[in-house]
Amino acid sequence: MSSREKILQQVKLNKPSGTDLPARYTFDSGYANTEDKFKEVLQSIYTEVIIVASMEHLREKVEEMYVDVVNKASTIPELASWADFSLQVSDPHDLEMIEVAILQAEFGVAENGAVWISDNHLQHRVLPFITQNLAFVIPRNALVNNMHDAYNRLSDTTGWGCFIAGPSKTADIEQSLVIGAHGARSMVIFLVEN
Amino acid sequence: MSKAVIEHAEASETFNKDEPYVDWHDETLWFVRKKRDISSKLLPEWEELRETASQIKNYVLSHMDDLLEAFEKNAKANGIHVHWAVDAKEHNEIVLAILKQHKVERMVKSKSMLTEECHMNEFLIQNGIDVIDTDLGERIVQLRQEPPSHIVLPAIHLKKKDIGDLFHEHLGTDAGATDPQYLTEAARQHLRDKFLTRRAALTGVNFAVAETGGFVVCTNEGNADMGAHLAEVHIASMGFEKIIPLQSHLGVFLRLLARSATGQPVTTYSSHFKKPRDGQEMHLVIVDNGRSTQLGRADFRNSLKCIRCGACMNTCPVYRRSGGHSYHNAVAGPIGSILAPNLDMTKNADLPFASTLCGSCSNVCPVKIDIHDQLYKWRQVLVKGGHVPQAKEIGVKAMSMVLSQPRFYQWSGRLGRSVMRTLPFMVNNSLNPWFKQREMPEPPKESFRDWFVRNRK
Repeated sequence: MSSREKILQQVKLNKPSGTDLPARYTFDSGYANTEDKFKEVLQSIYTEVIIVASMEHLREKVEEMYVDVVNKASTIPELASWADFSLQVSDPHDLEMIEVAILQAEFGVAENGAVWISDNHLQHRVLPFITQNLAFVIPRNALVNNMHDAYNRLSDTTGWGCFIAGPSKTADIEQSLVIGAHGARSMVIFLVEN
Repeated sequence: MSKAVIEHAEASETFNKDEPYVDWHDETLWFVRKKRDISSKLLPEWEELRETASQIKNYVLSHMDDLLEAFEKNAKANGIHVHWAVDAKEHNEIVLAILKQHKVERMVKSKSMLTEECHMNEFLIQNGIDVIDTDLGERIVQLRQEPPSHIVLPAIHLKKKDIGDLFHEHLGTDAGATDPQYLTEAARQHLRDKFLTRRAALTGVNFAVAETGGFVVCTNEGNADMGAHLAEVHIASMGFEKIIPLQSHLGVFLRLLARSATGQPVTTYSSHFKKPRDGQEMHLVIVDNGRSTQLGRADFRNSLKCIRCGACMNTCPVYRRSGGHSYHNAVAGPIGSILAPNLDMTKNADLPFASTLCGSCSNVCPVKIDIHDQLYKWRQVLVKGGHVPQAKEIGVKAMSMVLSQPRFYQWSGRLGRSVMRTLPFMVNNSLNPWFKQREMPEPPKESFRDWFVRNRK
């Protein structure tokens, strides 16, 4: 008998009698203002939220913010000429040099400041982790209240996807919070009006 | 009965020798517990969420075989190679075989308590594989050649000076440097090199979703993703109880997990793996290692609902004052003490006694495991099975004799009070375990019963 059969047989024999799933497993978060909550939570996890009126304004803003930075990459067509680092690489290890990446993401979650990004918006899964600094761009109206709403919105996870809430961090040394463990050292979120 | 381990009580005694250190350990964990309280109270639906999570997990236990089969089918359709391991040995051999097949001799690993349970690192190293733990806390304890002392905070037993000295020796940081920012930066540089040069990465699994055949890995540092997305081969190891039915159930569990663990609203990264990326191979090892036996123990099966948040450890007065290593098991604290006897009743017979049965663990558990009840029930099982040292057994028997005979109980109480009053040195000495770390109480002149009889009108 294979290990698989052994395990499944033993599980079948030993499992308790059947119980039902709870009829309701989602809850509403009645925030007065979803965007305010989103900004408030992100501020507490060291992330700045910047509202821009349009993609042109986004472009102006990032040119101003990252003026002396080299090795800039972006998945956003409007920022193609701003970027000086091409994402057309076959080996993801080549992305190690990137200083800042500005990436299109799908939506944000107010209760915890998480942003959903997936294969749909990304040709290299490692990009949001390997870049030294990270920025996401999401439509201003693409915010949901909580994780239940987030999974409602997410019909499928495609091949890979991730909720990312703020920059990489650790508190493994005496519970002292340090930003920039292995992933991004800083994070900015741009909410685009149109 | 010979034992290869130092029992919890004895290890705790060593741990308690340095009083300021124990106070610091106690306060640090209580600080984490308080963060959990603040965070959970921000959600009015918190108690309903716990109940919902508990019910979903009850469903999982009672439909485990169907869910595992559905998960396997969907995972395979997604292009994931699924393996099954009845025990630790088989798990380790499967991992080694995958690495050998790809001629990989060096691997990065993110946090996986299952691989600690299986003692996988030792096995792989013996077989010529270099394994680097990439979670900062895990890398610290790996360099010190010791196991993690906490499932979420692996190096919580160490002071920054210990880590400064360790990094000075292994990573070449400045002698005497203890700034956490500086030390973390040194580890970042050191481990980035490992991420960039290793062709295989192993991760744990926080949740496996039967509906999609995908799995979720949660970290704050980003180390699981750095490893997995750069490696040609991604191996994920999971105990079979990590399964949940639907993707939307993650809404419940991700809201509970980080808030219970550290008080954060969610971990920085909640990574949903479903298909390997182009050119990558993804393997998933489903491990039993005693879980199916535990599933058959009606009194103890609820322990398999655990989502490994560590809240029961942070709140436990015994854990906080004895440290994770005293539990001589991959998972320490209250939850570890109900999981460990299932793995080895003889070796772990002391652990269910490492509790005051105060019930705080059950009160904070996000999936409502009746932890303190199970600790109490394990004691019965272990004493009946003869797994408890004779001294403890004699003590328990003597107490049972006294407590079951009211007149004898009254007489022994009177005797005890008079001895403590007239001959205090009889109890205030090092032979009496109750005298350790505490003064004996002032004996009352009479018992409550005597007072009650005298004053009853």
